[in-house]
Amino acid sequence: MLKMTAAALAIAAANTGSTFAADLSGDFKIFLDTSNPAPRATMEKMIGDFQALHPDLKIETTVIDREAYKTQIRNFLTANAPDVATWYAANRMRPYVEAGLFEDVSDLWAEPAIADNLASTKGAMTIDGKQWGVPYTYYQWGVYYRKDIFDELGLSEPTNWEEEKANCQKIIDSGRKCYTIGSKFLWTAGGWFDYMNMRTNGFDFHMDLLTGRASWESDEVRKTFANWRELIDMGAFIDNHASYSWQEALPFMVKGDATAYLMGNFAVAPLRDAGLTDDQLDFYQFVEINPDVELAEDAPTDTFHIPSNATNKEAAREFLRYVTSADVQTWINDGKNLGQLPVNAQSSVDKDKFLEQGFEMLSTNSPGGVAQFFDRDAPAEMAKVAMEGLQEFMVKPDNLDKILNRLERARGRIYKN
Amino acid sequence: MADAGAPAVSRHNKPVKNSWWHKNQQSMTPWLFLAPGILFFLFYVIFPIYQSFSLSFYSWDGLGEAEYVGAYNYEELYWDDAFYTSLRNNLIWLVMYLFAIPAGLFIALFLNQTVTGIRLYKSLFFFPFVISQVVVGLVFTWFYDPTFGLLNYILGSVGIPPINVLGDENFVTYGIIVAGLWPQTAYCMILYLTGLNAVDPEQIEAGRLDGAKGLRMLWHIIIPQLRPATFIAFVVTIIGALRSFDLISVMTNGGPYGESRVLSFYMFEVALSEYGFRMGYGASIAVVLFLIMLVFIAYFLWSMYQEEKAR
Repeated sequence: MLKMTAAALAIAAANTGSTFAADLSGDFKIFLDTSNPAPRATMEKMIGDFQALHPDLKIETTVIDREAYKTQIRNFLTANAPDVATWYAANRMRPYVEAGLFEDVSDLWAEPAIADNLASTKGAMTIDGKQWGVPYTYYQWGVYYRKDIFDELGLSEPTNWEEEKANCQKIIDSGRKCYTIGSKFLWTAGGWFDYMNMRTNGFDFHMDLLTGRASWESDEVRKTFANWRELIDMGAFIDNHASYSWQEALPFMVKGDATAYLMGNFAVAPLRDAGLTDDQLDFYQFVEINPDVELAEDAPTDTFHIPSNATNKEAAREFLRYVTSADVQTWINDGKNLGQLPVNAQSSVDKDKFLEQGFEMLSTNSPGGVAQFFDRDAPAEMAKVAMEGLQEFMVKPDNLDKILNRLERARGRIYKN
Repeated sequence: MADAGAPAVSRHNKPVKNSWWHKNQQSMTPWLFLAPGILFFLFYVIFPIYQSFSLSFYSWDGLGEAEYVGAYNYEELYWDDAFYTSLRNNLIWLVMYLFAIPAGLFIALFLNQTVTGIRLYKSLFFFPFVISQVVVGLVFTWFYDPTFGLLNYILGSVGIPPINVLGDENFVTYGIIVAGLWPQTAYCMILYLTGLNAVDPEQIEAGRLDGAKGLRMLWHIIIPQLRPATFIAFVVTIIGALRSFDLISVMTNGGPYGESRVLSFYMFEVALSEYGFRMGYGASIAVVLFLIMLVFIAYFLWSMYQEEKAR
């Protein structure tokens, strides 16, 4: 009797959560790459709630270190596939889509609950006219800076390139560096290039370049590097950044040796943990460089996918409906959990200074478009060669011709099909 | 029914003495003992080598269909700057790493004394070999840190400007090798310490009577007797230099801009790392590395064979 009421309750609860609730049962395996403590706890709690809705489901969650996940996914998608796995949108999912390892979930995207509310990210999930997963979070990129140092020097948030450089000069004159960066793992340099290139040549050219349709030796690209070089020649970046990871570059900003950091919103949590208060820390959109191009932003999207070899696809689909539903999106992304932006249009953004600013920026002030990120928009092989070149450029800007020549040769090889 | 079995047994038992097994027992037994080893060697060493060779003629991302491309991967290697960087660094590793042998010998001679607490000193010198290469890498990374590291603190105190060892393409490989030499020297030291135990005291006595002392004694009496230890130290050091990987991965991840790569790391990068998955290309690098190792392996086997023959 007791059992029956529990089951009835669960079904009732499931019905409120989703109109497609069915009696789900069997084993259900989830693989996650959210290995940092806070995201991990969030995900585990969310899965716990899903479990409560479907008590007959035997859920088994495996959390894999984020870096290790990137190599392991190839193995577990082929053999011993879970029912749901995390991954990234856009070009990053292409190898698995093309190898037939991700399930086509276009049917989910046809359901009104997803079609209407997630429309903004549909493009990033689409390859060959079909959708291959659902997004659960995204986050803005931009310049995080020390407001207290800006105040001390009498600076205000810049809006164009001249102001940016003028600010930077004052910061340098005060004995600090303008930007911290750790380029040991290369991708941080990719973020700088994304912004320099999108601001100099616009979103469309940037995409053409990353998808192999534009030349690395073109005048446009040279202009981008010339702009970037102005900062490098000023000494705007911290010394020795090639020796540091992005986390190892944080102390420079915390100690006030460097004033700003071009980063994703995930940098806020460690900066706060290191003792910076919201009075000291603020955010501004990367400034306009070429007034003729529309502002475009980087906003990487993290996603859930169903492997083709999954065994419990019915439960997997239900899980994807669950994680994309407005309420779940709201609470997993709030400041105490992932601290990022919800994808569902019906969700609300947490009352967090940075999330609000980021959401505002992405929804009203990025008319040019939203890019994923350098290494998600470009094919992996090109991203690797290119980001190495970007790191080299940041240390030895005089090598530019050699670097561009190398990238152009790589382009000829990588995009030939 | 039960009787019918009995004669069958005796009939079966009788010819056993003249069976093939009985006649060849002597020559077969060693092979039987070797069989598991040989099987594993074939399956886990020879077969993968064959596979690497064949894979190096394909273009394959590890997921879809492999496409036969002939010698294209090798042709690309020929044009690949990163490959030459790796090859050059491998040579630097080979040469520099050999320094572990004399250093190990020196420390072993120094520690080969009977002084109170010598076991503690020996342990301290052996310690780096016990800890993981990853830890060694981390410790040296902190030591080299251009902003907060101890190295630049020391250099600064004698008026030398700071050096960014791991961020400068001219220093980075040497910096990593120095880190690698720390445990490798300890290993060679242990080999020599055991070798020194086997040095014949009578020969030393005889040498002493003939007036040999110090360096002459070392050169003419001790070192010749340490030949087996030197040989092993040479083998492990060469192999260790050629398969250097973990320190590079931990300390620089191949950077700055790929200047600290060696062949094994480059192979991992193109075949298995985050942006890689060019299995065929990785296999062709592995083949080149294998051929280089083969030169040394052939030499080692040859000299071991010579030694065996001399006995």
